[in-house]
Amino acid sequence: MKWSVVVSLAMLFVIAPLLPGIAAKTRARLTGRRGAPVLQPYRDLARLWRKGAVYSRDTSRVFRFAPIVLVATAAFAASLVPLDGQRAMLSFSGDFVAFAYLLALGRFLLVLAALDTGSSFEGMGASREVTVAAFAEPALFLAFVALVLATGNLSLGGALGGPLSQAWPGAVPALAMVTVSLFLVLLAEGSRVPVDDPATHLELTMIHEVMVLDHSGPDFAMILYGHALKLALFGSLLVGTLIPRAALTAPLAIAVLALGLVVVAVAVGIVESVMARLRLNRVPQFLTAASALAALGVILLLVG
Amino acid sequence: MPRVVELLLLLVILTSFIVLGTTRLSACIRAVAVQGLLLGLLPLALYPGGSLHIWGLAGGTVLLKGVILPRFLRWAIREAAVRREVEPRVGFALSLLVGVVAVAAAFAISRILPLPERERAMLVPVALATVIIGLFVLTTRSKAVLQVVGYLILENGVYLFGLTHVERVPFLVEVGVLLDVFVAVFIMGIVVFHINREFDSLDSTRLTELTD
Amino acid sequence: MLLLALIAVPALAAVIAYARRTPQWRATWLIVGALLHLALVTVAWVVPPLPLFKGWLALDSLGLIVLTTVSALFAVVGFYAVGYLRRESPRGGRAFASYLLAFLAAASLVAVSHHFAVLWVGLEATTLAVAPLIYHRHDRRSLEAVWKYLVISSVGIALALLGVFFLATAQAGAPSARPLVLEDLITDAARLQPAWLKAAFIFLLVGFGTKMGLAPMHTWKPDTYGEAPSLVGGLMAGALTSCAFLGLARITQVAVAADIAPFVQPLLLGFGLLSLVVAAAFLVGQTDLKRLLAYSSVEHMGLLAIGLGLGGVGAYGAVLHMINNAFVKGLLFLAVGNVLLPARDGTPPGVSGVLHRAPVSGFLLLIGLFAVTGSPPFGPFLSEFAILSAAFHGGHYWIAATVLGLLAVIFVSLGARVLGAVYGAAAPTGARESAWLAAAPVVLALVVLGLGVFIPRPLFQALAAAAGTLGGWAP
Repeated sequence: MKWSVVVSLAMLFVIAPLLPGIAAKTRARLTGRRGAPVLQPYRDLARLWRKGAVYSRDTSRVFRFAPIVLVATAAFAASLVPLDGQRAMLSFSGDFVAFAYLLALGRFLLVLAALDTGSSFEGMGASREVTVAAFAEPALFLAFVALVLATGNLSLGGALGGPLSQAWPGAVPALAMVTVSLFLVLLAEGSRVPVDDPATHLELTMIHEVMVLDHSGPDFAMILYGHALKLALFGSLLVGTLIPRAALTAPLAIAVLALGLVVVAVAVGIVESVMARLRLNRVPQFLTAASALAALGVILLLVG
Repeated sequence: MPRVVELLLLLVILTSFIVLGTTRLSACIRAVAVQGLLLGLLPLALYPGGSLHIWGLAGGTVLLKGVILPRFLRWAIREAAVRREVEPRVGFALSLLVGVVAVAAAFAISRILPLPERERAMLVPVALATVIIGLFVLTTRSKAVLQVVGYLILENGVYLFGLTHVERVPFLVEVGVLLDVFVAVFIMGIVVFHINREFDSLDSTRLTELTD
Repeated sequence: MLLLALIAVPALAAVIAYARRTPQWRATWLIVGALLHLALVTVAWVVPPLPLFKGWLALDSLGLIVLTTVSALFAVVGFYAVGYLRRESPRGGRAFASYLLAFLAAASLVAVSHHFAVLWVGLEATTLAVAPLIYHRHDRRSLEAVWKYLVISSVGIALALLGVFFLATAQAGAPSARPLVLEDLITDAARLQPAWLKAAFIFLLVGFGTKMGLAPMHTWKPDTYGEAPSLVGGLMAGALTSCAFLGLARITQVAVAADIAPFVQPLLLGFGLLSLVVAAAFLVGQTDLKRLLAYSSVEHMGLLAIGLGLGGVGAYGAVLHMINNAFVKGLLFLAVGNVLLPARDGTPPGVSGVLHRAPVSGFLLLIGLFAVTGSPPFGPFLSEFAILSAAFHGGHYWIAATVLGLLAVIFVSLGARVLGAVYGAAAPTGARESAWLAAAPVVLALVVLGLGVFIPRPLFQALAAAAGTLGGWAP
């Protein structure tokens, strides 16, 4: 096992909570406030971890498992992404399907936990979350198909590694659209504006937050961490598509990834401060636009 | 400069998609304005060398399609308390999907027809796609000004196709075509203005008095 | 020089008429412009003008025929317009004469251009020049009519432009030629790229067909003809359709020369038959007189397409029918205009017993009815006969039988409505007939009758030449 793979994975795990913090700080700064410190999510996680969890009498084991499964699947999915620019820890043909569905498994358990509570708020949040996911999935898969077409490699480790740097010069428009599409999917999966506003206080306007309302203590910490890790994963997909790092040495590639993730977080913060959350019935439209962009990229790659 | 041409054509498709997917009327008009601008830049990118002919064509197109016509359309809808929302007969998501299908179909059809040289090879499918999308917008939008927008997109597609032949369809003709489009949209704009005033709405589904 | 004058004179007259302040002067300029144009056309018959601008503008027999038809019809309608304007005192009548003259200029451009793109520009200009005329009454119904007309016509014209560009692409393989000029397209026909040429034909057929009013692109016709002032309707049905037909005929000339006639003929026949069917279907039970005439126009456009598609004597018949149709439609619309002038709508019982109320117009309606349905001794009989005999000679018995059957249905429907209008109890409403307004359709009726009895030698030669270029021959 190359040390670079391990180190990059470890870096991702460590950096993940930083990203929501950067996004929040950027948004605060752009809207004229000072905002919470960038390292605040770490403090939140530590604080929550020290607390005890409270479980409702109506919940079952599913409720207790869900956060653990969330973190585990996200970590597992991380091993499929070539974080050092050349290879992933685990790589096999068609592993992008596994990537998508590992994350979906985590989400599925979370939804089950929400339904487990029997509360109407969580149920509402769960149904909204699933709707958003259903519309984001075609966009994600079309983006993957585009990457496969561009590089001829059926595995994420291969598609985002070496062959991509050769594919870019010949297919700039298509890959540019795929990148935009991936960014939109990141916004949707990471529960960011314009799909879901992480700073809202009203349960009726939340999607992800309200789904996990009943979790507390370490469970909630794991959910927050898992969600941040998911954001980081999509961010690394985005960075990997945009900046092929196969030609770079391993330390440089890892540094570029870290920097890229920070830039993605800043971009998310900018988007959050200039846009308002979309009305819920417009969200499918937004995600269909992302799918259309990715489909356009696929078409261009097929004929180009 | 094939790269630039490809980029411009891609942006043309994207502006068409914006018209298909947006809910706001002013965004539609602005998208068509941007499309006109892109269309004006295309001759410069396709035929670097910059003869007076090319510069004149580019300038005229940018002025007409990018500035004058959109501004005129905005004037035409300014008056009444018209709802600034697009209310299509076919939903937005479906429209976007139709747009993607149109692009795919255009590329497929272009495979069958013998195409000109490599550099201009992407012009034909994008032109056909724009024509199809323009027709679609024209037939599925019930607001009169959006039908004019659809017509503009249709004309843009035809114009795109004409760009494959700049040396064969000389300057005078292009001026004639541009002028005709200008006058047509001008007249349509005036009619839209009258429709606005008469019916106090831009909804063309209200125009149903004449029937057999 | 003459060719330029043909376009410039009406255009100039249009500008001057707009600048004039008093209605009398405007009317004068309208007549002056029309008569000058007619004089120029007569000169063109005697002294064939030379091509201009490297052959972009030229006058061949087909163009000359269309030009003459348009000019003559316009002159008569122009006279009628003077009386009409005086009587109606229309709002926005200021630019009425100017738009009419602009239409004449644009139609002349269509007739003399041998460059497909210039022809397109002219046809689009005619579309736009007529639009304000349709909206003349400034009420809701005419607003709706002009909107539908604009949208559908503009789409058709845009598709025709795409067809013109396809044609240019087809010609890319013959690099020494002048692009999009008719003569070069015909001489280089063998070198034209067949796939692009066929695509061009389809789009031009749809585009020009929309302007002609072939089904299924005819949907703007009933509303437009129904709401426009009658003289505008007559001009559109007679002159505008002839210009659009010229465009269709030009691309057919190229198609025939390029040997793809087996491809284009079924298309023309299909659209033509569909138009006949649609016209017959919608004429049954139609009560509004002007809408009635609109569907009749669709029927005759169908006949023109069938004639073009059959070839042989059918080509001759189609061109002759275009002339006849123009004058008959002019006659009918002007007569209906006289009838409807006092009344506001065309449905019974407002319009009946016309013969008692306005005898000349009623009689003219009768003549028009027999002419438009193809009865001898009127002109349309000869042309429809030619088209049908082409069908028989070519072995297309089913087509001939269908056409005959549909024509019979149309005769019954038209006859029922018109006879009901002409005879029947006299309606109390209605003003007296004006001699000026009645004179114009009388002239047209005489022309229609004349063409049915005798075709002058120069005209026959021109028709034969035109038919030849369309792949046919004269009887």
